[in-house]
Amino acid sequence: MVVVSNPSVEAVNLSKKFGVFVAVSNLNLKIEGSKCVGFLGPNGAGKTTTLKMFTDLIRPSSGQALINGINVHTEKKKALASVGTLIETPEIYPSLTPREGLTMIAEIRGVPASERKKRIEEAVADVRMQEWMDKRVGKFSKGMKQRICIASALLSNPSILLLDEPTTGLDPRGMSEVRDIVKSLKSKKRLIFMSSHLLSEVSDVCDEVAMIDHGKLIVYDTIPNVTAKFSGGGNAVEVGLQHAIDEALLANTIARFPDVMGAEKKDAKTLIIKFSGGLDVQERLLDDLVRLNIGVVSFKPTSSELEDAYLKLIKDTL
Amino acid sequence: MIDMTETQPIFGNTVPSSMAQVGIITKYTFLDYFRSRRFFVLLIITVLIGALLTALVYFRPEAFTSSSLSPYAFYSTWWGNSINFVIILSGIFFGGDAISGEFQNKTGYFGIPNPIRRSSIYVGKWVGAFIAASLMFLVFTGITVGNGLAHGSGIPFQFVESFIFAWFYLAAVLGVTFFFSSLFKSSSISILVTVILFLFVFNLLGSLVLPLIQVEPWFIITYGAGIIGNVLQVPYPQHETVLNAGPRGGFSLSTFNSTVPEGLVIIAIYFIVTAVLGLLFFERKEFT
Repeated sequence: MVVVSNPSVEAVNLSKKFGVFVAVSNLNLKIEGSKCVGFLGPNGAGKTTTLKMFTDLIRPSSGQALINGINVHTEKKKALASVGTLIETPEIYPSLTPREGLTMIAEIRGVPASERKKRIEEAVADVRMQEWMDKRVGKFSKGMKQRICIASALLSNPSILLLDEPTTGLDPRGMSEVRDIVKSLKSKKRLIFMSSHLLSEVSDVCDEVAMIDHGKLIVYDTIPNVTAKFSGGGNAVEVGLQHAIDEALLANTIARFPDVMGAEKKDAKTLIIKFSGGLDVQERLLDDLVRLNIGVVSFKPTSSELEDAYLKLIKDTL
Repeated sequence: MIDMTETQPIFGNTVPSSMAQVGIITKYTFLDYFRSRRFFVLLIITVLIGALLTALVYFRPEAFTSSSLSPYAFYSTWWGNSINFVIILSGIFFGGDAISGEFQNKTGYFGIPNPIRRSSIYVGKWVGAFIAASLMFLVFTGITVGNGLAHGSGIPFQFVESFIFAWFYLAAVLGVTFFFSSLFKSSSISILVTVILFLFVFNLLGSLVLPLIQVEPWFIITYGAGIIGNVLQVPYPQHETVLNAGPRGGFSLSTFNSTVPEGLVIIAIYFIVTAVLGLLFFERKEFT
């Protein structure tokens, strides 16, 4: 058995035109290794079109979509053999049950018969749909179908996952569960290429980010590098207090907490604190504020470095 | 092209050969059809047609076994007049949205982004639909033969011939419906075009327009399918019959009957051409 040690997804001068409209223009992007890459861009930027070219749903007008160095359009079976996909919200044949639909995919993908049942049950358990396993899909809600399709992407244990807005249609709990699944896949040495409109989601689960606008790649780098280069500086949280605090405490203590870049009052009982760093810093900041006994009653992020960078890079959108 | 080889494993699984994948798609397409409401509805329609004819045979047996008709009058009247309708209905029910539904209903997003050729999906769906349609065909055949035996007509060899021609015609009709289903992304348009063509345009051209202008409708599939009923007539109907009509023979009307080889060739050409074109369209169509 040949095992791909360094999975890769590569676009080489990849373009797609629909008549005179250029959806993707000379995209050159290579992502490889075990990581999660967020694919960001405004509506109509070309994210889904790009992912569709990597999954044989549409053909490139020019250029190549390569998976593990194999052209998806000339050697589809080989290229997609180790890829799990979720593009838009697929529909499963309505008279089939999830067990049957997933068995079909498992058979197509060559999951050994001896492992099929176990793999399907595990994938369905991952998306919390066990009790619906033998009900017909035709009666499912959009979110339930999305969960089954996520299970379908996972069940062949792929080395690469191409996910197009995977949390679309899910309730908040479902969104959180999908993020946990993606995080757990990262630890299993998978390459995940995931488009999303949710910057907080990308910040939470991805290591790198590729931004696209008007079909052109704007930037591809690690999230810290992108935010360092393009963000106005720092994340921000809004802190609600039970009673007002004095300016001295704000200026001399809170504003001098580690990684805090600035603190100001929004009103008598609300503070805006800017800081650099991720969730770890945010957690420590909350802890430090609580220790001050100043009556913290709420604590919520207001903007993020990635959002700042995104808004600076993606100026004119459709 | 459908290859027979397995794709080498890249990350643990050995992807089956394209031929094996055709079998997988066939199995699940048939299962989906078999459980669907449309299967049940078509089964009821088929049984109703059979029941109606059974009632007619019971109350008016002379209409089916008149001595002025051929020795196979029962089958000629019963089968020759109704099986085409059952076949066309089956083609529309099981083929009309088979491919367009992949786009419109988004089921294609579930199957296509997998290591499987589009041709395997197309062929697998066609075979699944053919099996489902064949079940209807066999149900109607069963009702026909049951009545034939009950009325002492036995099962003549000509009926076996007609049965084989009809089954072949079913394959061609499904080829045509899959072609239209592949051509259009909307299921309702593909079904509508198929219905209009088979139930109106072909019939109108074959029975009215072309006889008037005295052109043999060799390019119409329903003309070729005429062999299904004609083979049950003795003698086999003449290839061309000219009828002078109107005052002082004002105009001529030609009635054409395809010969058996001609009919088989027409059906085969429809089957092959539409299958190839339908597959090509599906290969090139994009999920935009």
